[in-house]
Amino acid sequence: MNGSGHAELHAANRKLLRKLLIVALGMFGFGFALVPFYETICEVTGIRNVFKPDTVSAENTQVDTSRTVSVEFDSNTQTLAWTFKPLEGSLAVHPGAVTQVIYEVRNTLDRPVTGQAVPSYAPQYAAGYFKKLECFCFKQQTLAPGEVRRMPVVFVIDPSVPADVRAITLSYTFFEVAGTRGKRG
Amino acid sequence: MSAVIDGQAHEEHHEHHPAGLMRWVTTTNHKDIGTLYLWFSFIMFITGGILALGLRMELFQPGMQLWNPEFFNQLTSMHGLIMVFGAIMPAFVGFANWQVPMMIGAPDMAFARLNNWSFWLLPVGATLLVSSFFVPGGAVAAGWTIYAPLSTQMGPGMDLGIFALHIMGASSIMGSINIITTILNMRTPGMTLMKMPMFVWTWLITAYLLIAVIPVLAGAITMVLTDRHFGTSFFNAAGGGDPVMFQHIFWFFGHPEVYIMILPAFGIISTVIPAFARKPLFGYSSMVYATASIAILSFIVWAHHMFTVGMPTAAQLFFMYATILIAVPTGVKVFNWIATMWKGALSFETPMLFAAGFILVFSVGGFSGLILAIAPIDYQVQDTYYVVAHFHYVLVAGSLFAIFAGLYFWLPKWTGHMYDEKLGKWHFWLSMIFFNITFFPMHFLGLAGMPRRIPDYALVFADYNAIITIAAFGFGLSQLIFLWAVLKCIRGGEKAPARAWEGADTLEWTHLPSPAPYHSFHDQPDVK
Repeated sequence: MNGSGHAELHAANRKLLRKLLIVALGMFGFGFALVPFYETICEVTGIRNVFKPDTVSAENTQVDTSRTVSVEFDSNTQTLAWTFKPLEGSLAVHPGAVTQVIYEVRNTLDRPVTGQAVPSYAPQYAAGYFKKLECFCFKQQTLAPGEVRRMPVVFVIDPSVPADVRAITLSYTFFEVAGTRGKRG
Repeated sequence: MSAVIDGQAHEEHHEHHPAGLMRWVTTTNHKDIGTLYLWFSFIMFITGGILALGLRMELFQPGMQLWNPEFFNQLTSMHGLIMVFGAIMPAFVGFANWQVPMMIGAPDMAFARLNNWSFWLLPVGATLLVSSFFVPGGAVAAGWTIYAPLSTQMGPGMDLGIFALHIMGASSIMGSINIITTILNMRTPGMTLMKMPMFVWTWLITAYLLIAVIPVLAGAITMVLTDRHFGTSFFNAAGGGDPVMFQHIFWFFGHPEVYIMILPAFGIISTVIPAFARKPLFGYSSMVYATASIAILSFIVWAHHMFTVGMPTAAQLFFMYATILIAVPTGVKVFNWIATMWKGALSFETPMLFAAGFILVFSVGGFSGLILAIAPIDYQVQDTYYVVAHFHYVLVAGSLFAIFAGLYFWLPKWTGHMYDEKLGKWHFWLSMIFFNITFFPMHFLGLAGMPRRIPDYALVFADYNAIITIAAFGFGLSQLIFLWAVLKCIRGGEKAPARAWEGADTLEWTHLPSPAPYHSFHDQPDVK
């Protein structure tokens, strides 16, 4: 191989190296781009709507007074020094009736803390019939030191809920949002 | 054959490398680096194998015998990580280093010093990974898939594991860039892309896959790292993240990754079978297109690893059908190999035994893969030993057997000596028999509902598990025969002719003596 051919090859190799490195860096970015992409897909397909108010269609606002469902309210905190409780332990609710319940939370720490409540339901399949129109769990809550906050949940139980569902437990767990130290809210 | 003389003449005045240990630390020679890769992967293979035998010992009988469950989890996770990132992938890069330049008539890899660095990152990464056994909380115990939230919660062993994966991933990316550049820019004049040996083709496609998906893995584990230490919430539900998203990003890397571990194996098999059938490879261009199709399809099937996490039926159907579609190009390959053997003048030396064994046993793994691809069946066998049986049939009987086939095939070219055929045959038959006794009953265990990654099991599974453990030890010990055969071949033996296999027709056999000189093809050969 002669000298100029060698230099040419060297330059061609370096050019390809740069291109391939850009591809690799681009794919590293693509890994992170999958995050908003995933969230958009979840939003569009409605897979993950725990942080969004539910919408209730017109036919589901008919109150079914023929039966009542007992809704039990539960509250927990996960490694978070807040006191957190519902003002009422349970309510008897007609399917279709818009109902409100108040939860009270107190930050017992001497620093502002941001928390996020995550709801869960028992029985699990009742989640599909439990429509929250308003909830403190739709956004993060930042509490000043010692602050007490009363927060409403407004919900409707879908009248199409199966007849064997006589009681639904709505349980919230408050997690501290790590790393925010009360900055967001 | 005049190039043989040229090659030897050049050997004289190019042999100026440091002797002893420094030769290996500072080497930029593709053959030295190939050797380093292969020995490294063998050491990792033994390490991962010992971990596997450790977990098989626990599973010999029902009930808790030797390890606590936490340590058992570390054994399964580290076995997987070490075998995937330490044994199989570096072994194929070792083959690429040795063979790609010789098969395309290039003097060396495109970036010789980068090549040295790619290799020497590996022992660093492996040391980090293995040393995680000795930190508080122990080694990675979240499975080789390091799913969140397990990986975002466990101790500092996970940090070591993540750094190790970053380093080994960087090594893979640099190695791939090197391989692509070598193949695209340094082929000998006259060797068009469609005249390249199949092994070179499969590595070209594999290297592109690596560049496309290893950075995605790097992104995923970087997110785990920032979730662990910097307060982000990519996978933390409380902060608005989603642990299921980790699975999506991981398997976007993970499925192409399984083809990264099998495509070079296809390349080796496509080289070995024509040599021992004494016929050209049947359907060369369909092989190229099949390999490319498999690689492209691998990007749109990832969610078949996670049918049960919850996704819309339409998505499940899409991933199911796309997965089943991959059976078409894979079937093309299997039929082409069989057609190559059809009416060939077959002989069954050890490389051919491993290659023929590969087709048989890999096909079993391919079929169980098809069964797993069917979403409703997958719901039943998800996370059972059926899955363990499936991926060991494709990874051990697939990738590993192909590596053995390739090693026995090219050892004469690399060492200049024929290996001991009797040892090779013992190695093949014992491996084949013990492999099947180890992994075939796992299909039954899985269908009967035995969950994977659990240190204890119901009494009904006891007999099969006892048999499996004994056979696993048999398989492990059989690999010592392999070590013996390789060492014996390096130290001496019958002198190998330049063209050690009469049916082998690639440049390293037709244009270079055995052993291949330290520097080859400084003057590039002409091919028709």
